Amino acid sequence: MAASRPKSLFRNLNAKIAAIPMILTALVVFTGGTIWTVAYSFTKSGLLPKWKFIGLDQYERLWGSRRWMISIENLFIYGACMLVLSFVIGFILAALMDQKIRFENTFRTIILYPFALSFIVTGLVWQWLLNPDLGVQSVIRALGWESFDFDPLYTAEIAIYGVLIAGLWQGTGLIMVLMLAGLRGIDQDIWKAAKVDGIPAWKTYIFIIIPMMRPVFITTLVIVASGIVKVYDLIVAQTGGGPGIATEMPAKYVYDYMFGGQNLGQGFAASTMMLLAVLIVVIPWAMLEFGGKKRG
Amino acid sequence: MADTAQNALSGPQGPKPRKRLSRNNILIYGTLIVVALYYLLPLYVMVVTSLKGMPEIRLGNIFAPPVEITFEPWVKAWSQACTGLNCDGLSRGFWNSVQITVPSVLVSILIASVNGYALANWRFKGADMFFTILIFGAFIPYQVMLYPLVIILREIGLYGSLWGLVIVHSIFGMPILTLLFRNYFTALPEELFKAARVDGAGFWQIYWQIMVPMSLPIFVVAMILQVTGIWNDFLFGVIYTKPDLYPMTVQLNNIVNSVQGVKEYNVNMAATLLTGLVPLVIYFVSGKLFVRGIAAGAVKG
Amino acid sequence: MTASDPSISIKNLDLSFGAVRVLKDLNLDVAQGEFVVLLGSSGCGKSTLLNCIAGLLDVTAGQIFIGGQNVTWEEPSKRGIGMVFQSYALYPQMTVEGNLAFGLKNAGVPKDEIRAKIARAAEVLQIEPLLKRKPAALSGGQRQRVAIGRALVRDVDVFLFDEPLSNLDAKLRADLRVEIKQLHATLGNTMIYVTHDQIEAMTLADRIAIMKGGHVLQFAAPHEIYNRPNCLYVAEFIGSPSMNFLDGVVSGGSFASDVGSFALEGYGFAAEPGTAPAVFGIRPEHIASGAAAAEMPIRLDSTIELVEPLGSDTLARVRVGEQKLWVRMDGQASVTPGSALPIGFSAERAHLFDKSSEARL
Repeated sequence: MAASRPKSLFRNLNAKIAAIPMILTALVVFTGGTIWTVAYSFTKSGLLPKWKFIGLDQYERLWGSRRWMISIENLFIYGACMLVLSFVIGFILAALMDQKIRFENTFRTIILYPFALSFIVTGLVWQWLLNPDLGVQSVIRALGWESFDFDPLYTAEIAIYGVLIAGLWQGTGLIMVLMLAGLRGIDQDIWKAAKVDGIPAWKTYIFIIIPMMRPVFITTLVIVASGIVKVYDLIVAQTGGGPGIATEMPAKYVYDYMFGGQNLGQGFAASTMMLLAVLIVVIPWAMLEFGGKKRG
Repeated sequence: MADTAQNALSGPQGPKPRKRLSRNNILIYGTLIVVALYYLLPLYVMVVTSLKGMPEIRLGNIFAPPVEITFEPWVKAWSQACTGLNCDGLSRGFWNSVQITVPSVLVSILIASVNGYALANWRFKGADMFFTILIFGAFIPYQVMLYPLVIILREIGLYGSLWGLVIVHSIFGMPILTLLFRNYFTALPEELFKAARVDGAGFWQIYWQIMVPMSLPIFVVAMILQVTGIWNDFLFGVIYTKPDLYPMTVQLNNIVNSVQGVKEYNVNMAATLLTGLVPLVIYFVSGKLFVRGIAAGAVKG
Repeated sequence: MTASDPSISIKNLDLSFGAVRVLKDLNLDVAQGEFVVLLGSSGCGKSTLLNCIAGLLDVTAGQIFIGGQNVTWEEPSKRGIGMVFQSYALYPQMTVEGNLAFGLKNAGVPKDEIRAKIARAAEVLQIEPLLKRKPAALSGGQRQRVAIGRALVRDVDVFLFDEPLSNLDAKLRADLRVEIKQLHATLGNTMIYVTHDQIEAMTLADRIAIMKGGHVLQFAAPHEIYNRPNCLYVAEFIGSPSMNFLDGVVSGGSFASDVGSFALEGYGFAAEPGTAPAVFGIRPEHIASGAAAAEMPIRLDSTIELVEPLGSDTLARVRVGEQKLWVRMDGQASVTPGSALPIGFSAERAHLFDKSSEARL
């Protein structure tokens, strides 16, 4: 009467059926797709993928292209400014919100709402606000400051900062919320101890709280950084990459070559470079996070 | 001794007097109010611009409230605004987005919740490896998977169709949703699961009768996450559908950034607001759950 | 199957999580209708063993028989067991009635039969007024009754309890302990009960299995475990405060240690040892003090270091040379730290263990 031991493949069968989408996604799309793209970045694919190996030619062309260089430069400027500013502003706002203030919900709702909006909507609003003839610049000039000059979207040198303003407006709320969650996760006894010891609040933040929040910072950093690399919609909506090619970004380069330029090889090579950039950020984090401890 | 007795009577007693407007409070509230105004400004400008007529916009400044309120731009944005391809306004994009969002949200949540449940309670050999790849995949820029997915969808005959896009949304939503559900189910008491097994319930019975009824909050969180995410999507909509299926965001961008004709800023702002309305409503209605959703996505368990 | 067959029989059971071997070649036979308590400190494998019996964990090697049938690979619901958990594990969205009915519905029992079974279980456990309520509206003790009821309605031969009283406060714990004992007397089922509380173990069990590191060290009736612990670990684990131990050497019927040497007259040696290093154990309650000490065959002079009055009795920590001993004395005894106290005991109530093997001599 004893149940026969089921064959190992069919044991726990329902769970395996439930996991089929995950297994297919992980193996075929994520792993397979990535390998495929990397492999085809070494080929002469044009309108259609073609397995004609040409070594590093696509990469040489890529790094020789002015548009790609500007894209990379923009990504660095946008990325660095976005990370630094959004972390500083986000943390300060979170710390202010953590002072047992009244109307905390109202403030949080207001600061976070842009995050619910799409990049397209964000980009279009700020395109309008930064419109030189009717937007902020003209309003301030109308107030009497005739020489006021703030026209990022039509001035190539500073156009990327116009995008940055919109990006910050959209994304800082998220960081504030994550930081606030981190602050709330800290044992309140730490604050009591610091108070009894007579340590001023700002010192407590810098020397005790921030070091304790390291995991939150790192997780947030990875999330924000991987979001920055993917920036595409914002550019399309706000500037279309212009003026000229002043606000081009790698993700847009990939899309334009893959689906608009009939030059798949360039698109593959550019996306492979993006992958590389992300791996440089993610792998050290993953090793830090999961390498040390292994949970059962 | 008399001295201390005197002190005891005249010294501080009762509640400590508190200054309502301490320097600290002015600093805190002042900063927060200024920041809040800055964050609200674009929304305000969108609303007032959308309610003005074009002559007023050309003359006035963008922060001034409308002298003469008109809803004309809203009507036009909804039903008449032109892209390069058609003049149906945003309504077409709206219905496309509804058609895309509903099945995408349902399918992606169903797949991810069952998957998270399997990972939490019915672990099998290799499950952790696939899960690790999946989570890693969330950080890979999806640009490297765009074209392979085009090929896959073309092979199964779904490229350019609604269901193709549903699959794409389910795939890219899977890492975060699976993580969300796995962590939630793992945090439920394991003894409940054991008790149900002793009671003779199987995989699907435990899922539907024990797990789902206990997990409604996390399903709501997942819904919020997915509805806003999918509604706001632009890239996948452009790549994996045909122009007559373009979602609202694409339609909006095509209307506003269309090079033809005179720019009608009031119509553009009305259209922008209309597109942002669905996620905004969800955001304001769901309140804390939205916050919980993004925090849950960020903080690993 | 005959009446003399064991109700549960575990043969050479092994369980590993990866490289960690949690249960090691474990054997255990539980008689029909017996109340067995698995006792041990956390991490000893007692809950793991219970989960293996329930079928909630896949074993690595060995066999499990319940009611004479090999159920090693059987589903939990097909093993004829009911289980009660520490956290009660009541389904929060179902009423009490729904909780009791869930298992029966899954087994395809007809509706009116379900109703009858629930009514009977509710009567036994006195939870009839609670049937329409949700678990959240019940007190801890009521929840645990419902959890027991869930096992009860299924008419199973074997009840498994996984620390069922640990989440309750002390008073309720004592009450429910009595009820569980009463239930066992009424139903006569085989019950296996996991706990880390030795009072629960001593009061409930027909036999106690003391576990450590995935082994069963001793499997015997409570009085046997208390009076004749078969190894040093069991001797130390059972009893509160713990047994006093003296290191020394046993040779030719006497024991020599740094507090002196004394004859082991009246000690029942399992096997007469030669000369060997050994540990001498005596429980605090078996040490006489004050005037009564004079009548004991072994007498020592001690100094009181610390006194813990408990009301019903008083514990004192005393010093003999460098050695510290706990002594239990009457609650009315008036003793003060620093004063001298004559103590005495008899080798009849002592325990001797081999120093290296830790087995009872």
